[in-house]
Amino acid sequence: MDTQFAQRRRRELITAACLAVLAALVPLFVKDVYVQNMMVLTLMYAALSQSWNILSGYCGQISLGHALYFGLGAYTTALLFMKFGVLPWFGMLAGGVISALIAMALGYPCFRLRGHYFVIATIVIAEIGLLLFHNWDWAGAALGIDIPVRGDSWLKFQFTRSKLPYFYFALVLACIAWFVTWWLEDSKWGYWWRAVKDNPEAAESLGVVVFNSKMGAAAVSAFLVAVGGSFYAQFVSYIDPESVMGFQFSLLMALPAVLGGIGTLWGPILGAVILIPLTELTRSYIGGSGRGVDLIVYGSLIVLISLARPQGLVSLFSRRKRAAK
Amino acid sequence: MLTAETIIQSLASGLLMGLLYGLIAVGLALIFGLMDVVNFAHGEFLMISMYATFFLFAFFAIDPLLSAPLVAAALFVFGAVVYLLIVRFAVRAKANAGMVQIFSTFGLAIVMRGLAQFFFTPDYRSVTNSWLGGKTVSVGGIFLPEPQLVGALVSIAAFVALYFFINRTDFGRALEATREDAGAVALVGIDKNRVFAVGWGLGAALVGLSGAIMAIFFYVYPDVGASFALIAYVTVALGGFGSVFGAFAGGIIVGLVEAVTALVLPPSLKSVGIYAVYLLVVFIRPRGLFGSM
Repeated sequence: MDTQFAQRRRRELITAACLAVLAALVPLFVKDVYVQNMMVLTLMYAALSQSWNILSGYCGQISLGHALYFGLGAYTTALLFMKFGVLPWFGMLAGGVISALIAMALGYPCFRLRGHYFVIATIVIAEIGLLLFHNWDWAGAALGIDIPVRGDSWLKFQFTRSKLPYFYFALVLACIAWFVTWWLEDSKWGYWWRAVKDNPEAAESLGVVVFNSKMGAAAVSAFLVAVGGSFYAQFVSYIDPESVMGFQFSLLMALPAVLGGIGTLWGPILGAVILIPLTELTRSYIGGSGRGVDLIVYGSLIVLISLARPQGLVSLFSRRKRAAK
Repeated sequence: MLTAETIIQSLASGLLMGLLYGLIAVGLALIFGLMDVVNFAHGEFLMISMYATFFLFAFFAIDPLLSAPLVAAALFVFGAVVYLLIVRFAVRAKANAGMVQIFSTFGLAIVMRGLAQFFFTPDYRSVTNSWLGGKTVSVGGIFLPEPQLVGALVSIAAFVALYFFINRTDFGRALEATREDAGAVALVGIDKNRVFAVGWGLGAALVGLSGAIMAIFFYVYPDVGASFALIAYVTVALGGFGSVFGAFAGGIIVGLVEAVTALVLPPSLKSVGIYAVYLLVVFIRPRGLFGSM
């Protein structure tokens, strides 16, 4: 049994490495800027959703307020760069640490809450953050921040001429988020989280420190999402409260994991690869009329997948694999 | 300037608005109490009720006060259909039941918003020159807007009617029994699906009623539901999931807190007070004020 498990783990790692190499080669053949842009977003949401999945999928604490950490990452990087000239790489780290600390500070009272009370608390806290940034003059208030362009360089993580550097960074980020999840899956924490998700009382009685497990998951999850937010700020080079902390980000982070398979290793990536191009394509080809057809297509898809495949789309693959054996 | 008069004035309008929030939220509370499902398309139910009211007024010159029962009846059918076509299957999900419920109703919300944009365009519309629109009454120097006043009265009437319906009628008892144990009621010949469908219909009808009143004094546009939906979730959770009358209390608290916040903070921050009070309450009492779980 054990060796079979180890084999599976190794196979997962090899598969991921192959996929990453393949993804890295794609820009050699795809030169279209629109498609490259779409690939950057897909990889970014894969990373975000993978990070969201750590807290909400593995540990079972469903958060619909992760936009807060995304926004904090974006704002920390942008503000440190604009006001103090701090390089985005340090800003990214700072944003991650600040978000992780805030996640734990918020988790302290929130993790007592269960079910819908917890979900609503996460929405409401992110909304408060959004409103505060809206009214915070030093941080640009509702007008937001235009990140000053200082020329293309890796040092300042700014590229005006090409999307490729962003593509490779997003790819690395997605790989890191995947690898962290893969590594945690077979760690003490991973087992604790699943125990907490299934039955917190039983877990507690078996010696799992439920509260600390949730705090750990929240910190890791928030850190990675904030790094994604920092990246996004550099990528779009203009941020305002709605565009980095709005409720839609909380949803866009959750949806790939939910549709692909919540609490699974491959779910978020699979969900993002399907969902993000679909969103972008419907928006630019049918949504351009401004008549909501993109929303109709998108919404119907969410309803259909969640009803037809409650375990997520990854379950399609595992079934085929089992049948093949 | 904070004078006693302005404070009383805003408390009075906060109370009226709060009763309306309670009416908007009660459908959500009813459905949750019945089958532990949160309808994430609740705001969109409100949105289509407001559109229905608007079009009945614009095309047939039916005043919102008269069209309210029609809109409520239409929403009853709509709610029952949503249960039979979507929610019935969502609650059957064996894996990730909670997630499936959230996202199937949420997907429905997005579709409804898209349909509204498609058919009604994103334009802001409003019911102009209705019987109550823009009128106020003065009670002892306090000015009360008539639409909100009528809304508050309708809300109280609806809660009283709901109380008698749940506690004094056979169907109300069937509703309660199904809530307690959906498996056991099947043994005594109650069709679970029928009870749930009627529950959804009733919940939607109550939103229909509040939508008709909201349309008198609020703009109608495809995204109008979103802002009220969050207030409705907070209202229900504050009152406590599983308690229909918690929504009534929750609504009043939310209305008053919003009014008081607007007095002391800039208007754009008026929702912060509501959110803060919600957090405060559940941190002290994790199952809301009157919640059963």
